[in-house]
Amino acid sequence: MLRDITIGQYYPEKSVIHSLDPRVKLAGALIFIVSVFLFENIIGFLVMTAFLAMCIKLSKVPFKYMVKGLKAILVILILTAVLNLLWSPGETLVQFSFIRITKQGVYNSLYMVIRLSYLVIGTSIMTLTTTPTRLTDGMEKGLHFLNRCKVPVHEIAMMMSIALRFIPILMEETDKIMKAQMARGADFESGNIFQKAKNMIPLLVPLFVAAWRRASDLAMAMEARCYHGGEGRTKMKPLKYQQMDKKAYGVLFFYLLVMIVLKVIL
Amino acid sequence: MSLILNEVNYYYGKGTNLVSHAVKDVTLTIEDGEFIGIIGHTGSGKSTLIQHMNGLLKPTSGGVYYNGRDVHDGSFKLKELRSHVGIVFQYPEYQLFEATVFDDVCFGPKNQGLKDNEAGLVAFEALRDMHIPPEMYYQSPFELSGGQKRLVAIAGVLAMKPDMLILDEPTAGLDPRGRKEILNLLSRLNREKHITVVLVSHSMEDVAEYVNRLIVMDKGSIAFDATPKEVFAHYKELETMGLAAPKVTYFMHQLKEKGWQVDTSAITVEEAKKSILAAIRR
Amino acid sequence: MGIMKAAKLVHEYIHRDDDGNVDHIETALNGVDLDIEAGDFIAILGHNGSGKSTLAKHLNAILMPTEGTVWVDGKNTKAPENTLDIRKTAGMVFQNPDNQIIAGMVEEDVAFGPENMGVPSQEIWQRVMRSLNLVHMEAYKNHSPNKLSGGQKQRVAIAGVLAMQPKCIVLDEPTAMLDPEGRKEVMDAVLELNKTKQVTVILITHYMEEAIHADKVYVMDGGEIVMEGTAREIFARVQELENHRLSVPQITKLAHELKCSGLPIPDGILDEEELMEAICHLS
Repeated sequence: MLRDITIGQYYPEKSVIHSLDPRVKLAGALIFIVSVFLFENIIGFLVMTAFLAMCIKLSKVPFKYMVKGLKAILVILILTAVLNLLWSPGETLVQFSFIRITKQGVYNSLYMVIRLSYLVIGTSIMTLTTTPTRLTDGMEKGLHFLNRCKVPVHEIAMMMSIALRFIPILMEETDKIMKAQMARGADFESGNIFQKAKNMIPLLVPLFVAAWRRASDLAMAMEARCYHGGEGRTKMKPLKYQQMDKKAYGVLFFYLLVMIVLKVIL
Repeated sequence: MSLILNEVNYYYGKGTNLVSHAVKDVTLTIEDGEFIGIIGHTGSGKSTLIQHMNGLLKPTSGGVYYNGRDVHDGSFKLKELRSHVGIVFQYPEYQLFEATVFDDVCFGPKNQGLKDNEAGLVAFEALRDMHIPPEMYYQSPFELSGGQKRLVAIAGVLAMKPDMLILDEPTAGLDPRGRKEILNLLSRLNREKHITVVLVSHSMEDVAEYVNRLIVMDKGSIAFDATPKEVFAHYKELETMGLAAPKVTYFMHQLKEKGWQVDTSAITVEEAKKSILAAIRR
Repeated sequence: MGIMKAAKLVHEYIHRDDDGNVDHIETALNGVDLDIEAGDFIAILGHNGSGKSTLAKHLNAILMPTEGTVWVDGKNTKAPENTLDIRKTAGMVFQNPDNQIIAGMVEEDVAFGPENMGVPSQEIWQRVMRSLNLVHMEAYKNHSPNKLSGGQKQRVAIAGVLAMQPKCIVLDEPTAMLDPEGRKEVMDAVLELNKTKQVTVILITHYMEEAIHADKVYVMDGGEIVMEGTAREIFARVQELENHRLSVPQITKLAHELKCSGLPIPDGILDEEELMEAICHLS
């Protein structure tokens, strides 16, 4: 179950999307998110789908792998669909006793489900094709201007990349500790919410201790490798826009323009 | 009292494109009072296999029987199985969580439904069996040394009074004396308390010295299941599985090639010594 | 003076209670003297809690002496301005492979050290590729470290240190969490570096077999160096090692047992060939 979370897990491959500058992909994700909330009709939907399909195709990441990410939010998807279906005003379509489904409701739930799944797929294209380090490099450089307002951009970026690296490790660790405590008769399933919370202690304490130990080990290892903050650091892969990145920006803005125009004229 | 695994198969990630067949057609019977070693290359399915023995994993196909009862037939409580079959995972000290050593060891017995004083009693016994000095009982487990933490963690499972104790590399990362101490304690539990011990190990020298039955796992299946002597006679096949015989066994074979009349089935230093002395004095 | 030297090194860990008062003082190192020649392969043996890891951390300026002095390549570790230079000279590999890999891709992790040192991009690439070649991990340069085996991860960690081009590598129980195969991979890589690149290696371990190839072996107990000599000299003292909670490799043990039974076998047999020769010599 915990392994199904594909967001943040890099998928190694050689593709146009993989080789793009992370700043382009960040901007792309942002533009895509905006467009997801812009679309209101079938044409917008088609343009958006075509754009998404093109990105997926270009990224060479198997479609199946992307859809797997949706599993993690399946509950949210269903909940959104049901809520929208049941509580939307408008022209009645079907009615069983107190349950009233309206035409508006069907539209709403359909749109919301599409929006949410596109949102997840769109952003996971970014994380699947960009290593955490490149991604944080992109953020660090893209948001560098914030340094002037005393925002520690480098430190935040470093923290994020480390967090991303350790997510799968901590997931595995959780699984292991859970099994070990179950072997000692621990119960993580039954009981009411308070008992459940109390039953989590044998899992959470060792997990916290382990995370703490890892953090201090890692800090020591980083120091031993001469880490002393962002000052004077060079990069193995410095970010520099290539011809391809400029073209990609072009495509992105064109796409945004189309979506805006569609929104205005239709 | 016996644990039977009958044609057990287990697949990870079934229904995805990353299926792996971790355990293949494993059939095996573990009788009361045995001291069994399981060896195998990393990824040979050892860890997956032992998790079937106390119901942490359910076989994709095949059955697990405890005392003649199918543990997955719905009426068998897995919690009950886990009181009979205890598993100590790798680096068990990372699972300690209570404020004192004593409370931590009580965790298992309390989950079995024992009252505080009853749980205390079995905890004392387990701590004594693991040779934890009494002055440590009310210390925080986090203040102990690595080797002591390991012993406390084993005591935590032992306190549940299992008939069978499965340990996944209980000596990993410990110094030579620490390794020996743990193995001697386990051997005593087996001899004096008649607890069945299953030891997953990477050390051929350790299994050669302690266990009386050795199971070799290779790519998810059982490759050998015999006494250590019989298994190590197949040292050439073991090598193809990324394993080896103890160093002394190789040495005995070399001596034999040079024309010495030594016993090539020697697997411990003691046996090798006797055989070499006998050959020289002949 | 050798590349690394410690004189009367003392380290105390101060434990405080909840109010910040000193609860007790634990002396982890108690007057350690050490002098290591450049190019040597040094093994430091000792049981869990003997102080060997604390000593390792002094050789990289991660810990500072409570008393005494440590010099790395002639530089005193106590002077803050030397810290970065010392860490460039003496790279360090730790026990847990997962807790020392920082980046999500092998080559990016190897680049971490040189990036911190401000090495120009072009040169970082060269260093990364060269280092990965040295530990035979070039085929995995684009992989995520999470998908590697323990031995492979540890070799990546070694490459990460090599990319800083140190004169000396300190390995703090690098094989303690590995299976026999991983242990062999790491040891082969370390030995090769010492032989072909003349990198000084300081290996801290409690696997006796790993010390066989060392030019010099130190044994620690209770924060002190209690034995010192060549591998052969050390492994000849079987009983003494066992008193320090250690052991000897199985073949050495067999030779010792045979000797105790009255056979004229020399002390400090290290491998099968030597024992074979000794036994064949008897007839």
